[in-house]
Amino acid sequence: MSLPGVSIDIRDVGLRYGRRDVLSDIGLHVEPGEGVCLVGPNGAGKSSLLRCLTGIVVPTRGSIALDGVPLRDIERGALARIISVVPSGVELPFAMRVEEVVRLGRIPHENPFTGASQFDHVAADAAMTRVGIEHLRGRDVRELSMGERQLVLVAMAVAQGGRLIVLDEPTVHLDLRHQVEVLSLLARLSGDGLTVLAVLHDLSLAAQFFPRLLLLDGGRLVSDGSPREVLTPARIREVYAVDPRFVPALA
Amino acid sequence: MTTPELARGHAVARHGRLEELRRHPVVLGLVGLVVLVLAVVAGIALGTVSVSPADTVAILARDLLGWPMAETWPKSTETIVMELRLPRVLTALVVGLGLAVAGVTFQGLLRNPLADPYVLGTASGAALGAAIGVLVPVQLAVLGLGLVNILAFVGALLAVLVVHQVAGGGGRATLTTLLLTGYAVGSMLAAGLAMSMYLAGSQLRQIFFYLLGSLSGADWQSLFVGLPVILVGTLLIMARARSLNGLLLGDDTAQHLGVDVRRERAILLGLASLVTAAAVALAGLIGFVGLVVPHVVRLLVGPNARLVLPLSAIFGGAFLILADLGARVLGEVPVGIVTAIIGAPVFVLLLRRYRAGYQL
Repeated sequence: MSLPGVSIDIRDVGLRYGRRDVLSDIGLHVEPGEGVCLVGPNGAGKSSLLRCLTGIVVPTRGSIALDGVPLRDIERGALARIISVVPSGVELPFAMRVEEVVRLGRIPHENPFTGASQFDHVAADAAMTRVGIEHLRGRDVRELSMGERQLVLVAMAVAQGGRLIVLDEPTVHLDLRHQVEVLSLLARLSGDGLTVLAVLHDLSLAAQFFPRLLLLDGGRLVSDGSPREVLTPARIREVYAVDPRFVPALA
Repeated sequence: MTTPELARGHAVARHGRLEELRRHPVVLGLVGLVVLVLAVVAGIALGTVSVSPADTVAILARDLLGWPMAETWPKSTETIVMELRLPRVLTALVVGLGLAVAGVTFQGLLRNPLADPYVLGTASGAALGAAIGVLVPVQLAVLGLGLVNILAFVGALLAVLVVHQVAGGGGRATLTTLLLTGYAVGSMLAAGLAMSMYLAGSQLRQIFFYLLGSLSGADWQSLFVGLPVILVGTLLIMARARSLNGLLLGDDTAQHLGVDVRRERAILLGLASLVTAAAVALAGLIGFVGLVVPHVVRLLVGPNARLVLPLSAIFGGAFLILADLGARVLGEVPVGIVTAIIGAPVFVLLLRRYRAGYQL
């Protein structure tokens, strides 16, 4: 089931909170099926850019379009069928099972009155198979390891069936094995034709798993290109204010 | 088989039965309906003057459905059933149903398992309203509701409205702000209530009675006013089960799933408050129904609001009928005392079975 990804056009986007410019003059284009990683120091505006893209906040200036359609012309329910966002920092108020969490991804497709159809259940099951968490069916989510929980949330986003998958630091708190597992999965999804946009802090992992990096600093897009083009020693020194020798991705 | 093996076998069997229920919520719903019907019959039949279950069913069939039943009972029995017990049992059903549904909604909206229908100021608003109604020397009745009930209804709704507005409306308010504002406004209203109780003198008992909750004042007139509000509110909440499910993973994820969080929160908050206010106007402040029933149901079928809402409605209604029966048998004690005595230990047991919140 390879779905064609969606293209993203971001033009002159700026975002202001009060008197502070969180984002300024962001412009970029992402082709359908591309895997792109946003990197940059804390407070660079990575999450804010994701929030603009997923319709949580409206940019103060500029425009964002998906497949050429301006974001503001896409109704919220329709947007939820185009963009799947992997939740981050989620706190569940009640005990839930793995398959119950994954099925929440089908909410944008459900009939508001009659609820999930047989097709929705099949789609949720297929997402669990694709992410490789079938064996976790029936388990209480709080019994799972951090790595397994992250895979459950990715499965929920896959069940949502968006043509663009957005992730904000999906590998935080994960050990190396689970980091690689999640990022390989993203590479596979991108290989299947989905557009993938992720925020990562680990430059080495970003360079290994994504063909294209976007480096943000102080709300501006500093560099856009292949890992080799973006992660130069001079730029690391300038943006992160650290000695580039500490960044193994450059070696 | 050794004892530990047996014990494990039992544990598996018990787990298996729960598992079955989870897979067949319809069965659980049918069980609930049977319990509800039995509770209605028991609630009508038992009391200071007991009526045999057969006579109870026969009187109901004759008077409500128009079936030709042979009159094997004295006229006074029929009066007791139709004018005293039936309106009271139905009021208990509707109030219990409403409180349970409002509890599910508030817990889901506030993403807080400790929330109950009273958490955002409805309780103190209603209490203050009722107290003022007791103190004001005016006899007034609108649509069969006395001043106390009307002011309780208005007080509950006003309190939530104030909390919602002070906390910054549906949009900017974080859940914590909403909860803390509820607490602050509630405390202020409680001070007003304390003042009116201080001034009440001989009428103190009447206020106190209202605070503990009771169904002894139930009659057809007030039921006909309260019932449509609670039932329509409940149906409208059920039609928004999708939004409650979306909110399980938080505001941002709900938006990403296509839920207009700001709008849905305001609508659901309004509906749940309306249902709570109507329930409180009918029966005073009955605690624990809105807290315990939703948790028991969630334990049985998981957190899907599409199942939790209707099942909580059924079990909430049955629970309050039985609790009111207990209150009558114990000599007309306030029903809130009975629900607390049953509810609190059940809640503690539930806490042992599942921890409340956790990081995902």
